[in-house]
Amino acid sequence: MTDRSVAASSVNLSSIVATAEQLIDGWELVVGLEVHVELATKTKLFSASANRFGDEPNTHIDPVTLGLPGALPVLNRQAVELAMRIGLALNCRVQPCTFHRKNYFYPDLSKAYQISQYDQPLNVDGYLMLPADVRVGIERAHLEEDTGKSTHAGGTAGRIQGSDYSLIDFNRAGVPLVEIVSRPDIRTSEQAKQYVGELRAILLAIGASDAKMEEGSMRCDVNVSVHKPGTPFGTRCEIKNVNSIRSVGRAIDYEARRQIDLISSGGVVKQQTLHWDDSVGRTNVLRTKEDADDYRYFLEPDLVPLAPDAAWIERVRVALPSLPAARREALAKLTGQSKASEAVAIIVERGQDAFIGEVAQVGGDAARALIYVQQAFAEEPAVPRVPAGDVAALSLMERNAKVTSTQAKTLLAELVANGGGDVLAMTKAKGFEAMDMNALEAFVDQAIAADPEAWASYQAGEHKAIGALVGAVMKLSKGQADGKAVTALLQAKATVR
Amino acid sequence: MSPSRRTVVDVASAVANGSLSAVAVLEENLAAITARETEIHAFNLVTVDQARERATQIDTDVRAGKTVGRLAGVTIALKDNMCTRGVETTCSSKILAGWKPPYDATVVRRLADEGAVFVGKTNLDEFAMGSSTENSAFGPTRNPLDTSRVPGGSSGGSAAAVAAGFATASLGSDTGGSIRQPAALCGLVGVKPTYGMVSRQGLVAFGSSLDQIGPITTTVADAALLMEVIAGHDPLDSTSLPQPAPSLAGELGKGVQGMRIGRITDMPAGSSPDVLAQLEAAFDALRNAGATVVDVRMPSMLYGLTAYYLVAPAEASSNLARFDGVRFGVRVDAKDVNSMYGATRAAGFGDEVKRRIMLGTYALSAGYYDAYYGKALKVRRLIADDFATAYAKCDVILTPTSPTVAFKFGDKTSNPLAMYLCDVFTIPTNLAGHAAMSVPFGTGEAGLPVGVQILAPALGEAPMFRVAGELERAR
Repeated sequence: MTDRSVAASSVNLSSIVATAEQLIDGWELVVGLEVHVELATKTKLFSASANRFGDEPNTHIDPVTLGLPGALPVLNRQAVELAMRIGLALNCRVQPCTFHRKNYFYPDLSKAYQISQYDQPLNVDGYLMLPADVRVGIERAHLEEDTGKSTHAGGTAGRIQGSDYSLIDFNRAGVPLVEIVSRPDIRTSEQAKQYVGELRAILLAIGASDAKMEEGSMRCDVNVSVHKPGTPFGTRCEIKNVNSIRSVGRAIDYEARRQIDLISSGGVVKQQTLHWDDSVGRTNVLRTKEDADDYRYFLEPDLVPLAPDAAWIERVRVALPSLPAARREALAKLTGQSKASEAVAIIVERGQDAFIGEVAQVGGDAARALIYVQQAFAEEPAVPRVPAGDVAALSLMERNAKVTSTQAKTLLAELVANGGGDVLAMTKAKGFEAMDMNALEAFVDQAIAADPEAWASYQAGEHKAIGALVGAVMKLSKGQADGKAVTALLQAKATVR
Repeated sequence: MSPSRRTVVDVASAVANGSLSAVAVLEENLAAITARETEIHAFNLVTVDQARERATQIDTDVRAGKTVGRLAGVTIALKDNMCTRGVETTCSSKILAGWKPPYDATVVRRLADEGAVFVGKTNLDEFAMGSSTENSAFGPTRNPLDTSRVPGGSSGGSAAAVAAGFATASLGSDTGGSIRQPAALCGLVGVKPTYGMVSRQGLVAFGSSLDQIGPITTTVADAALLMEVIAGHDPLDSTSLPQPAPSLAGELGKGVQGMRIGRITDMPAGSSPDVLAQLEAAFDALRNAGATVVDVRMPSMLYGLTAYYLVAPAEASSNLARFDGVRFGVRVDAKDVNSMYGATRAAGFGDEVKRRIMLGTYALSAGYYDAYYGKALKVRRLIADDFATAYAKCDVILTPTSPTVAFKFGDKTSNPLAMYLCDVFTIPTNLAGHAAMSVPFGTGEAGLPVGVQILAPALGEAPMFRVAGELERAR
């Protein structure tokens, strides 16, 4: 948490206004997020120990990590570069910056201070565009070190107070973090979820972090307040321990409702830090503002100011890959989909959009390739093992009705299982040939005759009844019929009457 | 030759050419330690076995015709706030009792690489907080020149060890005068290098933006040689300057012809007449040697003291927070973790350390930061500005190192402010990050040595050593 993230309460009136549908019983929700991401560096922020998750406790430690007397921090250049990458991807200004000490006692904070950035962070004044073209301001994205990890045995709820003993793993201590602080520009829980999702997609795309919320390499603190439109922002509460995108939405919805009910019943929202309990779906008070720590920030005398020169910043900027928003737009255009469509978002997140571009390049049907890849390539890497040419061939066969969509699905599964194959030969081997219309019509008639009830209700306007008929035709044709063709035929027969 | 008169330069060359054995040098020191250490208490730990093993190895290397380093067989005492791998490092505090660092400080490694033999770890004011070594948790060190008097501090053990002939030279650390003042009070040469010249890696931090390690020696040439070994860029200390070690040995004989020596006209009052008389004699000596004395002003000098006693404790309050009983050193068990912190720190730290932690915590607290720490940082800039103006007119500035010669035990312990005033002339250098050294020049009250301080700008070691060489010849 940065004390500088004044977020909601100090801003009087925002130019960002919720639409009428976004209001909750006439209240406007105001949300800002502080997202911590662990950087994907080889080593820690200030020492040469490995930055690796999941190893035996206390195997990636050294005098700096343990805060031994006399040990001094040395800044990791790769961490600075990844932090700059994040800043530039979020349209921030990269500026000369300094490091401060944030002083507090906790057993897993080895030096009893965290080296962080305070009034001069590395990245400032950026923004992130949500897929639905909502602009969320980024106040800052600064570098800091992570703490160790405590496990409290005995006592209640895994808290240190009342525990029998605590175990500390310092492998995570000193791991580089970037804290990304948004402006309070978010007006719905859905936008907050999109924000976290989009941020995660960007971080993955630029290789700055593996951004795994379940492993804690991406962690969200959510600031929530409510107020009536046109009035100053309400008092905010900060929710910690929100560990999935779904929880972000749930926690905000819960907290907004809590605050609205509280105010509506004559109460006053107090500035508090809350803990989200996902298992029961509610927030609990961690601490109130009055007993907040005084962190006694001061300039870290063991480090010198950091001033990336223009050439370095430019090198990082030029090396940035194409970002998810631009890639979604390109993929949407290529496949004729909306850029907000789920398929487009998923493919870009998996990094398989380039593969679809390749399929199109060799003459394939991009729209069909999008569906294939979305459905069958979830386990494939960004560069799938199946050659683009094979997918292109399959997409053309389906488009030209040489195979039905059901057959195409079977062939696709085989391509994935074998890492590619000669689609034409596979089609022949399977005896897949599109049925001619006469044979198909015979099956349709047969199905109608076998289930006159379904046919009658379909004719009476019960659209759902068509399912049973199509299924019967599929069964009769042993899956060779094209579902769309069968539907069309049934429709035609129903209207001809 | 009495052991205390052996110099680093003599020992290094004689051991290297085989005319003197490293073991013989060490045994002289050990004999002196046997004779007087009980009385002096310069050491927290004498590493007899390691020292003998090391000296023997050097002699073997010399006989085998191997190349030995620039400090072959030179016996060195290390202030006990410098980390030594596998050897207890206590900072003269109960809180670190029994702690053995898993690594060597950079300076320790550099000395070892050049063939130095470490005699032991010397006593200091706890965590280097003090000016008399009376704040050690293990008892005070006595001044070998007059055992009823303090050796100065905080590097009192390091100064006493050299003055008593327990080691050829020693290293101290200087945050506000902790090398120069004990050197002055024990009649020795003490150097506070430019901030960033000597690596702080492995020095247990007191005031990180002020701390520097430097040598305490019997001669200026010895100090120059040790500086050449310990100085120079260290990638493990981010505040280390990019420069290589300076070449200083050649400066001593150059004389001061044409140099401009600054005399502060608005120097803080309070120095005793014997000390001021020697300062005048030093100006005369330099004038006689061809230098000109120019008047300069340092209006912010007195404020340095107050600024220092905010900046240094503020940094100390943070630096010493890691002594929490969790990972190393002493732990006093209690009912929960916060009580454990309190009990451990209450039992582990002495009064002066607690006083400074409280001062520093207060100075950094919300609502007080601007009035105290923030204001102190402004004074720090003023001092740098005053020095810049002064150095436009002169090459170096001369002041007393300490307002008085060595004082008696207990004289200032009941009055912290009187003790703090010991550092009025030495502190501004640390706040500015400049270089300074103390050179013995004559005697004062009770025949005790007086130290004259040479102040130089950042990276001004070369002119500083020129003047030091001249004062040594003239004394």
